[in-house]
Amino acid sequence: MDQKQPRIRLFGVLVKATALLLLFNFAFIFTTNIPLGKLSLYNKVFPGRERFPFGETYESYNLSLFDIDAMFASHVLAGKEKARDEYRVLLIGDSSVWGTLLTPGQTLAGQLDATPITACGKTVGVYNLGYPTISLTKDLMILDQALDYQPDLVIWLTTLEAFPKDKQFESPIVANNAERVRALIGKYHLPADPNDPALIQPSKWDQTFVSQRRALADLIRLQLYGVLWSSTGIDQVYPENYERAQTDLEASEDFHGLRSLQDGLALDVLTAGMSAKTKLLLVNEPMLISDGANSDIRYNFFYPRWAYDEYRRMLADLANRNDWNYLDLWDLVPAGEFTNSAIHLTPAGESLLSNKIAEAIQANCE
Amino acid sequence: MGLPQIFASILTSLLVGALTPRALRTYLLLALSVLAVFWFQPVVPLRSFDFWFPSLTLALVVLTWFVTSQPGAWKSRPNLTGLSIIVGSVTLIDLSRYTFPTPFLTQTIPPQFIQFFLFVVASSAIIFLFLRFSPAWRLSIAVLLLLFILIVLKSPVLSLQTSIFFRTLANRPTETASALDLRWLGYSYIAFRLIHVLRDKQTGRLPELSLPDFATYVVFFPALAAGPIDRAERFAKDLQKDFALTQDETLLAGQRIVIGLFKKFVIADALALIALNDALAAQVGAAGWMWVHLYAYTFQIYFDFSGYTDIAIGIARLVGVKLPENFLAPYTRSNLAQFWNSWHITLTQWIRSYFFNPFNRWMRGFKSVPMWTMILVGQLSTMLLIGLWHGITWNFILWGAWHGLGLFVQNRWSDFAKTRISVSDPRLQTALNVGGVLLTFHFVALGWVFFALSEPGLSMQVFTKLFGV
Repeated sequence: MDQKQPRIRLFGVLVKATALLLLFNFAFIFTTNIPLGKLSLYNKVFPGRERFPFGETYESYNLSLFDIDAMFASHVLAGKEKARDEYRVLLIGDSSVWGTLLTPGQTLAGQLDATPITACGKTVGVYNLGYPTISLTKDLMILDQALDYQPDLVIWLTTLEAFPKDKQFESPIVANNAERVRALIGKYHLPADPNDPALIQPSKWDQTFVSQRRALADLIRLQLYGVLWSSTGIDQVYPENYERAQTDLEASEDFHGLRSLQDGLALDVLTAGMSAKTKLLLVNEPMLISDGANSDIRYNFFYPRWAYDEYRRMLADLANRNDWNYLDLWDLVPAGEFTNSAIHLTPAGESLLSNKIAEAIQANCE
Repeated sequence: MGLPQIFASILTSLLVGALTPRALRTYLLLALSVLAVFWFQPVVPLRSFDFWFPSLTLALVVLTWFVTSQPGAWKSRPNLTGLSIIVGSVTLIDLSRYTFPTPFLTQTIPPQFIQFFLFVVASSAIIFLFLRFSPAWRLSIAVLLLLFILIVLKSPVLSLQTSIFFRTLANRPTETASALDLRWLGYSYIAFRLIHVLRDKQTGRLPELSLPDFATYVVFFPALAAGPIDRAERFAKDLQKDFALTQDETLLAGQRIVIGLFKKFVIADALALIALNDALAAQVGAAGWMWVHLYAYTFQIYFDFSGYTDIAIGIARLVGVKLPENFLAPYTRSNLAQFWNSWHITLTQWIRSYFFNPFNRWMRGFKSVPMWTMILVGQLSTMLLIGLWHGITWNFILWGAWHGLGLFVQNRWSDFAKTRISVSDPRLQTALNVGGVLLTFHFVALGWVFFALSEPGLSMQVFTKLFGV
């Protein structure tokens, strides 16, 4: 034993270590307003992603995170300077736009981008800003940020399931971006409650390093997945077998507990989005019209016939009154071209949709 | 070992190192290590095997000690105390099924006491049976028993069959049986520690060790899961030394632990996301990206393994045990022999002591065999053995062969160059050294293609992509 060395004062060490940890942990709160998500290796070291990061398994080489800045920073859109002759088209919407079970090239954006289209004398470049949750507020949040990227046209594909008021803050990406949602409520004078309990308001403790470790790790993981995205081009799992969309349906007429759609839909969110300072094309996206059991009562898993019919009438009327650029493509795609959901299309289904949208893009300049 | 286990080990070691008198230290370390054997054992699909594997580990430790110690040594007070600690701790863990509603220390509820009691009786009977043999026989049988278990665990085919056997015995479905069912925590290391003791006893080099010292050496909790493989007599000396945790010692240990945690949980775990694996071998097409994944694997395996070693060495220092180094900047070595002197050093030394040196001595008896053949056979068989230690699969065999042939070629080149090439210009010497480091690094990295993947076909696919063939 070394007699010159004093025995360790364990208590002192533990007190100092705890104090330092606490100091660092709480000092981290002051970094809350620093947009760390904008720091990205995408578009610098790795090519940008062709759609937003979204995924829950390692095999997809992708992950879901709530940091909208990081999502945009990883997107190819963030790294592409707009050329003089580019007619920039941004697609927003749900998982059908994002492209569940489709490779980036098979999605609507991918097919449109691969088609040589010109609009207003410029070459059309199409970007996929779809995100796989269904909520108009989520779309508005993405649309609001997308305006920074100089779009010539935003195509907003939506469906009735995105409209119910009770669905607006349900999506985790909305619930976990309370400040952004409040800013939207203020900016667009939305009649929503900014203190809605569904919006997760982080406490001071939630902003500490310990609480934020997961979000920080996600940011780092997103960068690492950039290597896998670059080397494989894979950003979701493509199972060989999956359960097809349901065509034998429950004999239920229920739609979110509503008796009538009047007052039950967040039409003000749609109106807010359509008032954005850019050209917009609103599309009622194609859905599966099933012919199985109880298809006289319901169109598909999502919608009873009465609700969807009323929604189409309301949307057409609203578009007409506001002079919106509107396309109702609800029955464009035959039932055989849907995959695992009433709104997810096969590549051939996307091709049908792409042809229609391409026409609309060109007509937009006429 | 996950972070909770590591932090619990650090805290416990701090308390033991700072507050425990020497007389109690070994006993306390033994008790903690016995508990750790159970706590660190991952869950196993076979019922109660997360209890039986640790119990078997301890039974093998006690068996080996009885086999290697003097007759009647168990009657001494320290040894009886050690035996009581081992049996008492395991009994308490088993009895916890009656006192705690959820498993305590083990992943699942321990088996019924009667089963455990029968296990103790059977183990005692086996030890008694061993002691009936002559010393030479009992040592040999013990070595063979340890090797037999190691081979079963390392061979996917035998592991699967064993799992099926136990599932059938327990009247459970066999369709879900897998070679991965037999995850026996740290057995590769435990077996090599025990074999080292048995072999040293056979050759008369083993000093008498008390049961507490011996058992603590084998299942010492910081080194349980990932080594290093210390030597028993050196370890026992550390335990017998007076020790009080000083500020300097704590600082050194703390630095080592922090470095290890950073290496393992920040660098290695991040690299693991992009490291070469079976899926990427098939999915990646471009040579450049394939190299990126291979480099990621090359550094991931180093930072993972050496990180764990740093943590183990750091924690051990807190209780006065100076575990041997396992890694000395291996990727900066300018030839393959130097690489193997700085990569998993304790395993290499073990293989050298108990296989390579005796095997070479034996081969020298064949006067007609040319030297180069002896070198080739010696290097190749040693590296094949190291490969097989990691798993009895074609890819580990190929990995071993890759390094065995590499060492042979390097040996022949060194022999050739020694007498014919002399470099006097220091700049040229530096350039040669740098070239040597790069060459060695890439040789090792390419070897990992076999190690990282499960099948030779996939490895060949990666090689063709790496070189754009």
